[in-house]
Amino acid sequence: METGRKRTKINARGLNLYYGCNHALKDIDMDIRPHAVTALIGPSGCGKSTFLKSLNRMNDLVDCVRIEGSVTLDGEDIYDPKVDTTLLRKKIGMVFQQPNPFPMSIYDNIAYGPRLHGIKSKSRLDEIVETSLRGAAIFEEVRDRLKKSALGLSGGQQQRLCIARALAVGPEVLLMDEPTSALDPISTLKIEELMEELKKKYTVVVVTHNMQQAARVSDDTAFFLVGQVVEFDSTKNIFSRPRDKRTEDYITGRFG
Amino acid sequence: MENQKTITIMGSSQNKSAVEKAAQSVFTVCAFMAVMAVASITIYMIINGTPALFKVGVGELLLGTEWAPGAAQPSYGIFYIILTSVIGTALAVLLGVPIGVLTAVFLAELAPGRVAAVIQPAVELLAGIPSVIYGLLGVMILNPLMYRLELRLFHGSATHQFTGGANLISAVIVLAVMILPTVINISTSAIRAVPEHLRAASEALGASRIQTIFRVVLPAAGSGIITAVVLGVGRAVGEAMAISLVSGSSVNFPLPFHSVRFLTTAIVSEMGYAADTHRQVLFTIGLVLFTFIMLINISLTRILKKGEKEND
Amino acid sequence: MTNAVAADSAIAAEPKRNSLTMGKRRLSDEILKLLIYLSVFFSVLLAAGILCCVISKGISSVSWEFLTTVTSTLKGTVGIAGNIVNTLYIIVLTLLIATPIGVGSAIYLNEYARPGRLVGLIEFTTETLSGIPSIIFGLFGMVFFGNTLGLGYSILTGTLTLTLMILPLITRNTQEALKTVPDSYRCGALGMGVTRWYMIRTILLPSAMPGIITGIILAIGRIVGESAALLFTAGSGYLLPKAGMGLISKIMESGGTLTIQLYLSMSKANYEAAFGIAAVLLIIVLGINLLTKYAAGKLDVNKNG
Repeated sequence: METGRKRTKINARGLNLYYGCNHALKDIDMDIRPHAVTALIGPSGCGKSTFLKSLNRMNDLVDCVRIEGSVTLDGEDIYDPKVDTTLLRKKIGMVFQQPNPFPMSIYDNIAYGPRLHGIKSKSRLDEIVETSLRGAAIFEEVRDRLKKSALGLSGGQQQRLCIARALAVGPEVLLMDEPTSALDPISTLKIEELMEELKKKYTVVVVTHNMQQAARVSDDTAFFLVGQVVEFDSTKNIFSRPRDKRTEDYITGRFG
Repeated sequence: MENQKTITIMGSSQNKSAVEKAAQSVFTVCAFMAVMAVASITIYMIINGTPALFKVGVGELLLGTEWAPGAAQPSYGIFYIILTSVIGTALAVLLGVPIGVLTAVFLAELAPGRVAAVIQPAVELLAGIPSVIYGLLGVMILNPLMYRLELRLFHGSATHQFTGGANLISAVIVLAVMILPTVINISTSAIRAVPEHLRAASEALGASRIQTIFRVVLPAAGSGIITAVVLGVGRAVGEAMAISLVSGSSVNFPLPFHSVRFLTTAIVSEMGYAADTHRQVLFTIGLVLFTFIMLINISLTRILKKGEKEND
Repeated sequence: MTNAVAADSAIAAEPKRNSLTMGKRRLSDEILKLLIYLSVFFSVLLAAGILCCVISKGISSVSWEFLTTVTSTLKGTVGIAGNIVNTLYIIVLTLLIATPIGVGSAIYLNEYARPGRLVGLIEFTTETLSGIPSIIFGLFGMVFFGNTLGLGYSILTGTLTLTLMILPLITRNTQEALKTVPDSYRCGALGMGVTRWYMIRTILLPSAMPGIITGIILAIGRIVGESAALLFTAGSGYLLPKAGMGLISKIMESGGTLTIQLYLSMSKANYEAAFGIAAVLLIIVLGINLLTKYAAGKLDVNKNG
């Protein structure tokens, strides 16, 4: 087990989450490997998005939420009361289902995070903006209109902009909550290709309701059902030799 | 059989359409009342406001600094009056808008439901208080305080004209208080209209609640907040009764401890007895005020249109 | 939990550069928060302070006699009965004229007009009308209704002036209410072959009623608080109307509302009466605010139902 642990980035141990009296996550244990894409799949309402949000404590925003168990990032408990969520979220970036650029210029969107964390130098910001946009494979498309409003971009471009914005604060982990569900097939393909690139530098956790996508892009897959992890294994194993009958039913499209 | 009418779709429509048409024309006339009102107010203001401009002379009237309508050689310079309205309004907005916007931030972003339920009625009360009551409180509470301050500051001064506390600062404070509810209400709804996903995006980048509010939410609510400011300006420029006694009502260069006269208070305090040229000049003052208000309204429409475009 | 913690603490013992717990305190956040709380405190204190001050200073002047008699040096009474009656006159008359016009205008804008220049013009002027300061309405009313139409300083002049002033308020509230009526109601009715006017009368107006009533209540609040527009139009008469025909001829006589009387008392440095009237006005304002809330609540029910 010790050898295995060295290669994990995020560990969830006995994670339970309640919204009021609704038990949304039940005893989740999961080891997420660095520099890999981990896909979370399952029918709607199974808790996969909730689990994703509990990795950067976005659930803190919700009232009357209660969390038990532990989630560690590089061995540090992220639910320690001393944890500064600013630093946590700097390390664990997030991309949402709906592209949500700020109503400002493309440049200001990317520079938002770095400025927040105290970078003021113009040349440093220019550099970060360019590398982040390149990292999200959108630089060439927008290099001439960095000062134009980000709302003028297409949906797919907006989503890559949001990825670039997340990269700009220099995260180690990237959480993606159904990043392609609001996009057309070509934009989806671009984002999937991007994930392949991203995992070289970052640890990627992606929630998806699209099983083909999980099979194409991920290294590990977790199958969620009513707040529990039914099966967590390498994507290859999940899709070729699922151990649990329910997993098999789900991936072969018999329910969900 | 021939007497029996058949039902056709062309049928009894003549009768109906008369009622229909009458209803439609009545509603149309109603809708045009607003157009007619604005048109006739504009025309009347121009008709009554321009004669004095010719009689006294445009330059002398608008740029003259001496106001002595009752003198043997009357002079009608309203420059200080215009300046007082401009400066007084600007100061009131500078004072009232930050307080109003920050209160709106609290109401829309930070206040737990129960706390907001206490503050909201307080703001509504402020909005509903008649302006004469603000004036009464200004005279009874603010002016004595200002007088004490004045006595201390200008103790032994030979040149200062004592005002008993009825000065520009008092008027500015009253105006700032009066625009507060307007600014709070409009800013609050503008902030509430900012979509939730922008807040989530900002917090996911590590921004604190406060950083999110000031760097994302307020800029996103920008056109709404500018609307609030413009309406606040309109209210401050046009307010008359609250400040007519508070501001001291003698024509002076608008310095903080001077007794001053605004465009509105000039009309209120003299219209009752003014005659001839004096009266016409008061209408010219009304016309100047009206021009300011129209400029404000037009810029407001522009802002609203721009805001609509941004939302699309 | 225990195993994980044991393993973790081994790692935690190593010096780490990027600890999650080394966050700086954001001073700017604290300052901004302080400013926000100060602003809120100021706003609330202001409202509470005004309420307490006016009521405590004014309530002693308010008595049965104060409310039911007219100021008279002969009888030695100080009272505002005349002003109360004048205020009621102006409220009722103004609403009688303004409500049908305002509602009609809203119906035209929402149900008949096609979007275009005309609607743009009407909406712009309605917006403008609500932005014109009351002192300008006062000047216009004095010249147009008072001089040109020869109505002089009278309740009628004041009423007509205020009608223009509250028109946008009623139009806008009715429009908002009409917008919340679902299109399916309209289609359903028109699909049955009824005329548009019938549909408006039987379906739209009843559904929009809470909004119209909210507009009316807000208008009452505006009229009660108005002073600058009335000073040179309705004048400052404070006598009670005579019985019989006097009730009608009163419309053509000068009549000052409560706010005007408050202003005049204040100008004459009669602060005791001024605070008395202020207390009465504040109580009316509080009542109107409560009523608005009640009506708005009804509106919500209408939305859900």
